[in-house]
Formats: sequence, C-alpha cells, structure tokens
Amino acid sequence: MIAIENLSKTYGKLAVLDNLSVRFEGGRVVSIIGPNGAGKTTMSKCILGIVLPDSGDIKFKGESVLKKHAYRSEIGYMPQIGKYPENMKIRQVIEMVRDIRKDATRIDEELIGLYGLQNMYDKRMGSLSGGTKQKVSAALAFMFDPQVLILDEPTAGLDPISAEILKCKILKEKKKGKLILITSHIMSEIEEVADEVMCLMDGTVKFHDTISEIKQNANEERLSRAIAKIMNEED
Amino acid sequence: MNKIIKYVLYDIVRSKIVVAYTLFLLLLSIGLFNLGGSPDKGLLSLLNLVLLTVPLISIVFATTHFYNSYEFMELLVSQPIRRSRIFLSEYWGVALSLSAAFLLGVGVPVLLFAPGATGLYLVLTGLFVTFIFVALAFLASVITRDKAKGIGIALLLWFYFALIYDGIVLLILYSFGDYPLEYATLALTALNPVDLGRVMVLLNLDVSAMMGYTGALYKSIFGSAWGVGIAFLVLLLWVLVPLLTSRRAFTRRDL
Repeated sequence: MIAIENLSKTYGKLAVLDNLSVRFEGGRVVSIIGPNGAGKTTMSKCILGIVLPDSGDIKFKGESVLKKHAYRSEIGYMPQIGKYPENMKIRQVIEMVRDIRKDATRIDEELIGLYGLQNMYDKRMGSLSGGTKQKVSAALAFMFDPQVLILDEPTAGLDPISAEILKCKILKEKKKGKLILITSHIMSEIEEVADEVMCLMDGTVKFHDTISEIKQNANEERLSRAIAKIMNEED
Repeated sequence: MNKIIKYVLYDIVRSKIVVAYTLFLLLLSIGLFNLGGSPDKGLLSLLNLVLLTVPLISIVFATTHFYNSYEFMELLVSQPIRRSRIFLSEYWGVALSLSAAFLLGVGVPVLLFAPGATGLYLVLTGLFVTFIFVALAFLASVITRDKAKGIGIALLLWFYFALIYDGIVLLILYSFGDYPLEYATLALTALNPVDLGRVMVLLNLDVSAMMGYTGALYKSIFGSAWGVGIAFLVLLLWVLVPLLTSRRAFTRRDL
C-alpha cells in the first residue's frame, strides 16, 4: 500500500534518513522500532508531507505523494505530541477537522465515546493534560475510517485502561484490511498488536521481519530478548 | 478556502488586539480632525501618523500571529489540504481583519470629516500599506523558525521602510544635487511603498506647490489617471512579490 523508495533527508549535516527503501502492505500492523533519533518520526512525517524529503519518493497505492495533498484523506495520523491551538475547544477542533474532511463517507466516533470526550467538549485545548490531548489525537486519527493509520508512540501518555482501549481498536481496524504503522518502544505492546517489526537505525532499515521470524532467527522465546540479541550480534 | 479563513478570523477576533487597534485609529482620526481646524490639515496630520503606525502594527501583529498559529498549521498540514491554501487563508485572515479595523478606524472618520478624492486616496493607501506589510511580515516569518528572530526581522523591515529609507534618499539627493534627479527620485519613490502612498496623497493636497521641480514632475505624472493607475499597480506588486515569495518558501519547507 505504501512504498518508500530511496528516501533521504538531512537536517543540516545530520543524515536522518539515508537511502531508505521499504514497503508496507494492507491488513498488517507494522511496528517501527529503533533508538531515539533513528528517523522513525521523520519517516512518518515524510509520508504525511509534513517533512519534505531531499531525495527519493513515497508511493501510496502506486502514486507518488510528493507535492500532493488529496491522498491524506486516506491517512489518519496521531502525532507523538499533539499540538493544538490553545484557545480552541475540543468541540471546535473536531468540528474543524470534520469540516475539512467533509468528503469522508463514514464517520467513526467509537473512540470519542469510549474515552468520554463528549463530556469535555467545552474545555480549551490549552487546559488539557497530555493524556487527554493524546485521546483527542487518537479520536481524530480514527474518525474518518482511513485506509492507513500512522500512530507515533500512541500509548506513551495514556493510562493503562485508555491504552488497552486503543490496542483493541487497532486490532479491530486491522481486521478491516487497514495498514497500521506504529512507532513504539514498548516491546510487550508490540508483541500484542504487531505482525511485523521494522527496525530503523541511523536512517536505514536494520531488519524488517514478522515477529515469529524474528524469534526463530534469534532462537528466543521473548521478542524483547530476540531483538536485543539481533542488535548486539550485528554491532 | 473560506472554511479555514473562518477559523483564522475567529482566533484573531478572540485576541482583542484588533479591537484595540480599531479604537486607537478611531481616536487618532477623530482627535486630529477636531484639532486641525481645516479638514485638509487634519488629513495631512492623519496621513503622517497613519503611514508611521499602520505599517508598524500590521507587521508586528502579523508576525506574532504567524508564530502563534504554528500549532494550528501543524494540525492542518496532516489533513488533506494544500499547503498554499493554509498559508493564503492565514494571510487573508490577518490582512482582512486589519483592513476592517483600518476602514472602521480611519475610513469612517475621513468620510464624515473630509469626504473627497484626497480622503479616498488616503484610505486606499492605508489599505494597500496594510496588505503590503502583512505580506512582508509573513516573508519575515517563513525565513526563520525562531520567533524572536522573526520579529526582529519584521521590525528591521519597518525601520527600513518608515525611517531609514527616507534618510538614504535625502543623502542621495544631497550628494548628487548638481545633477538632474527628477526621474531618479521618481524611481526611488516607487521602491518604497510608504513613500509612494505619501506622495500620492500629498499631490492631492495644496502642499504639493512647495515641492519644487520634482513636485511639478510628480504632479504631471500622478495628476493623470494613467499615472495613478501605474502607482496603484506598483503598490499591488508590493503586495504580490513578498506574498508569492513567502508562499513558495512555505510550501517547500518542513513544518
């Protein structure tokens, strides 16, 4: 569904993405892991057109996304730290995004209901806690029934119950044939929801396998150990 | 595009700075018209103050607004909208609200106290200056991510157009006083939108008689409909060049 071809991006002298090529197919949950600063967020932002790559191409359903915008109606994005206009209320933010994505055929308000966001509709975004902002981000990402979901450390600020709700939602959406990309550092969580793990290191793919393959290759029962083993071996 | 302008306007109206700006202009206009005696004198004083304050407030307000809207823009860029549309919505939102403040604060008093061609030129000049300086502010804002630097650049631009430029022109005129400088002065005027607006309004007042040969040349050029048309075209260019340059920069950078 998404193909990244020879993608490079540098900030000043620092090469964040270095000739990165990778493909993601629908109906899968792909977990993107890697040390801090490996380029995980930059890669997601490139897919969304927030960050513009220096060279290379990104194809969504076979068509390049560079300098396009309509394809974003097929993508739901949950940023690592949701930044919202401080003096807008939750209701206004949701209404505005809905106004912009009027063409969406199906509106999915399940997460708004599960997180009880209606009760807080009149609170200003600036007065919300980090976790509540995350809930708003999650609700917005899933709202328009997109084909692709890009979730950047989705559970980092959520309480355990809310995180559980989100994980159930992810698995539910996967069954509908969606592609879900998750960046995360929590191995147990990855093991629960992901089918594949892609490891980024210094802007290139270190490995990209299914979870069972990774365990088999490393000859380990637990994913966290297997990944640690692979990383140490190749150093 | 209107959808996004709506939210930008909503945000600006809530900040109440535009309301304060309107009241300030209103007070200034009514005060000057009541002080001056003749409406022409009032217009002249108003012209000088408007050409000093409108650029300053427009450029500072637009720059701070742009930096404060980063979150809003970040939210929008991951949605299916063109970036240039986000940018132009921001521009129209700021420029229209400041223009509305100017029309209320200066346009209405001028209509009441000194209706006529000169007053119309003054209002048109003020509106153009607003659009030009909001465009320059956006240009300053896309150059750097650092808010303090951006506001610094914006203030420098204002200093340059409102104060320094005139000094440079005077220096040139003084140093090359032995040569015929009529056309050179004309070109120099076109290079500063504030001066261009000032000259256009001044020529409609009686004071132009005191401006000597250059004044006579100006009068012969700006006195004709053709000349005024060219002058407004130059002002329009002063809006479009910074606006399109900054839009281009905004669509080609990371957010």
